[in-house]
Amino acid sequence: MDPQRKRKLRLFVALSAAVLLAGALIYTSFSASTQASTPSDLLASAEPGRSYELTGKVVNDSVDKDGERLTFRIRDREGSASVPVAYEGVVPDPFREGREVIVSGELKGRTFVAERDSLITKCPSKFTKDEQST
Amino acid sequence: MAGVGSACLLVGLLTAAYAAGASLYGARSSSRAAVVSGRRAIYCLAALLIGATAILQSAFLRSDFSYKLVADGSSTDTPTFYKVTAMWATQDGSLLLWALLMSIFSSAVLFLTRRSLRDIAPYATAVLAVVAGFFLMLMVGWENPFTTLANPPVEGAGLNPLLRHPAMMIHPPMLYTGYVGFSIPFAFAIGALITRHTGADWIRATRRFALVAWMFLGTGIMLGALWSYAELGWGGYWAWDPVENASLMPWLTGTAFIHSIMVQEKRGMLKVWNVSLVIATFVLALLGTFLVRSGILDSIHAFGASTIGTQFLTFIGIVIVGSTALVISRLDSLRSKARLDSLLSREAFFLANNLVLVGLCVVIFWGTFFPLISEALNGQEASVGPPWFNRLATPLALVLVALAAIGPAVPWRRASRVGALRVFKLPLAVLALTLATLLALTNSAERPAALLMFCLVALVLAVVVQELVRGTLARRTITGDPLPRALAQLVARNRRRYGGYLVHAGIAVLFLGVAASSAFQEQRDVRVSPGDTFEAGGYRITYERATASLGGDRAGTGAPISFGAVLTARRGDERYTLHPSRNFYPSRDASNGAIGRFFEGEATSEVDVRWGLRRDLWAAVRPDIGALEPAIREADAKFSKSADDVQAIVIAAIVDRYRTNSPPANFRVIDSPLVSWIWIGGAIVLLGALIAIWPSPETRLRRVTSIYAARLGKELSRA
Repeated sequence: MDPQRKRKLRLFVALSAAVLLAGALIYTSFSASTQASTPSDLLASAEPGRSYELTGKVVNDSVDKDGERLTFRIRDREGSASVPVAYEGVVPDPFREGREVIVSGELKGRTFVAERDSLITKCPSKFTKDEQST
Repeated sequence: MAGVGSACLLVGLLTAAYAAGASLYGARSSSRAAVVSGRRAIYCLAALLIGATAILQSAFLRSDFSYKLVADGSSTDTPTFYKVTAMWATQDGSLLLWALLMSIFSSAVLFLTRRSLRDIAPYATAVLAVVAGFFLMLMVGWENPFTTLANPPVEGAGLNPLLRHPAMMIHPPMLYTGYVGFSIPFAFAIGALITRHTGADWIRATRRFALVAWMFLGTGIMLGALWSYAELGWGGYWAWDPVENASLMPWLTGTAFIHSIMVQEKRGMLKVWNVSLVIATFVLALLGTFLVRSGILDSIHAFGASTIGTQFLTFIGIVIVGSTALVISRLDSLRSKARLDSLLSREAFFLANNLVLVGLCVVIFWGTFFPLISEALNGQEASVGPPWFNRLATPLALVLVALAAIGPAVPWRRASRVGALRVFKLPLAVLALTLATLLALTNSAERPAALLMFCLVALVLAVVVQELVRGTLARRTITGDPLPRALAQLVARNRRRYGGYLVHAGIAVLFLGVAASSAFQEQRDVRVSPGDTFEAGGYRITYERATASLGGDRAGTGAPISFGAVLTARRGDERYTLHPSRNFYPSRDASNGAIGRFFEGEATSEVDVRWGLRRDLWAAVRPDIGALEPAIREADAKFSKSADDVQAIVIAAIVDRYRTNSPPANFRVIDSPLVSWIWIGGAIVLLGALIAIWPSPETRLRRVTSIYAARLGKELSRA
């Protein structure tokens, strides 16, 4: 094969490999993603059996611990719509009432049943100051 | 003194502006004096920032709460080590750290290159001054670390308890040193592009800085992983969190860069690729800093909304647009001198390694920014989790380790098939032997990806050992030295090469730990009472008794209250005792009650790990203090107005009640095989990088000779 054609062939192979990889990237990410949702979104339009990533603030005085199972309510950042959450697994150290959290799971009946270990608590920026103001 | 600090920053900003202006003027008008003055302005900047940092540090050490930063991030009872390091736990403080490191690095590189690269260096000085100026502008305009409080509090808020771990305190300066370090090759690349001197000179001048940056960034990432494993109560070392990803991305492109520049040095190829890589690395480093601080992506580390997000994005945008335009306008002078001769050559394997590294970076970038991408595409914010990252990263990591084995043993330009066969005969035999042994003796066949990784790790190690042995034997034949001396001389005289091999071996060992611990770890979450026994992995574990201490927690973080457990673990004849605990820091919220606030504040897991070469036993406890609540409430009702010492006695009594009347506690226990090899591998990489960076006596001699040769040449051309 003459070098010119060989180079073109190599370029073609490399480009098609790149396109294939990009396609796989896009396809897998969309099919594996979980949609972010707020409590009011979830109450308005949750499809059963679909998993969501619920974000919001932990309602004050709603946290209850029953053995390994933690239950609490998450409300909208601005607003009062709230969803009860049942969670098992590791509770992050900064988890507190009033803090912003993210948890993945699905709505079963009226309760949001979370996946194990999926709870994330956001670090409040200047955490002690935040507490003073509440 | 705060005024002096602010003044240092303001004067620093003006100095940076002057440095940029003087260097550019000097380069344009060929005024040597202006160039020298611009360079000296950078030294001044470093001095100013060292002064500013010293003022801030002394405020932290004196616990001067009239500084807002000190009041927010430190307290009188914060241990001294954490007082010193509290500076970079805040946004303003980390900006100052960035600028400080930036000015020191810039001064070092400009001092070292003061007699060479006379055309490129002024432009590089200007770029460095602009980057430092940007950080100074952020501090002067928006986030002044020297902000003072009109009514200073009596006591500070204290350092966030989660950050009270030695690894966490060394981790940010390491990462920042890495980020900042990559601005050096970036600045010189821009200088080379502007002056169209796109040969390998700028690479030779900054190569060592790129390696130093790469080493620090890698060490920072490792320390972050270690902190996650040993401090956070979940037991993993990597979670594909946006902030972790943000530090990994520039490291990946940086790794690609330090490989591909060798191709440019040896063969004059890949010039466009190299400048693009260094630009990408620098942009990703800026992006990393921005991600940690902006809170645009959901992350454990996102420190809430920041005030400087827009400024950061604008600056990143300017850097991307400016440098891309520059590269495009210089495409004609970036043509390669040579072409790829054969796919079976070292440059071809370097190119392949680059593509895989950049591919991995693209995957991580896509996944990290997927919430933003998906919102832009279909209006729904969605995210991908760790399983997605693992699925895509695993095959790429396998290819990468395979390339790390093949690359070093293939010659430049073209390898013959016979030669390749001879080189790889022995390593391939080692690989086959490893495979057979693992299949026969272990259950690793259940996890094909892990099994494949083990075999490839064996291949890398075999190639590295073979290269070392061959080199040593050859050297002995030539010099007649005894073996150990021949080996030492071999490495000392080819530091870059053998340091690089050692890095490959370290990476292989690291991946051995990653593959084994992620495929074969066993985790158990239980809730048990004292006296109960449970199984976890291969261990039988007994919750012997609860512990409770007042003051003086085991890790020395300054927590007043610590509840814990004593566990005994048995496995065959082995018998260990573990002391996991949980520290409670008082809340400053008065509504929790005078006594209750000691139990309602921040709490952090103090994990206990039995480290081992074969396996780690990791344990965390979450004491259930709900049982103490009635007592706490009663105490609050009765003693809220009492004197401090009475309250202290009451708290001591409640704490003691936990020990004597222990409720059930939740435990997480992980039996993780070979996980220690991750840290050992990381240490080997660090050692290899140090060997590669250390200048050898010969290169120093060569440099001096070349300077003389250049001077002689100049004299001759004038004559």
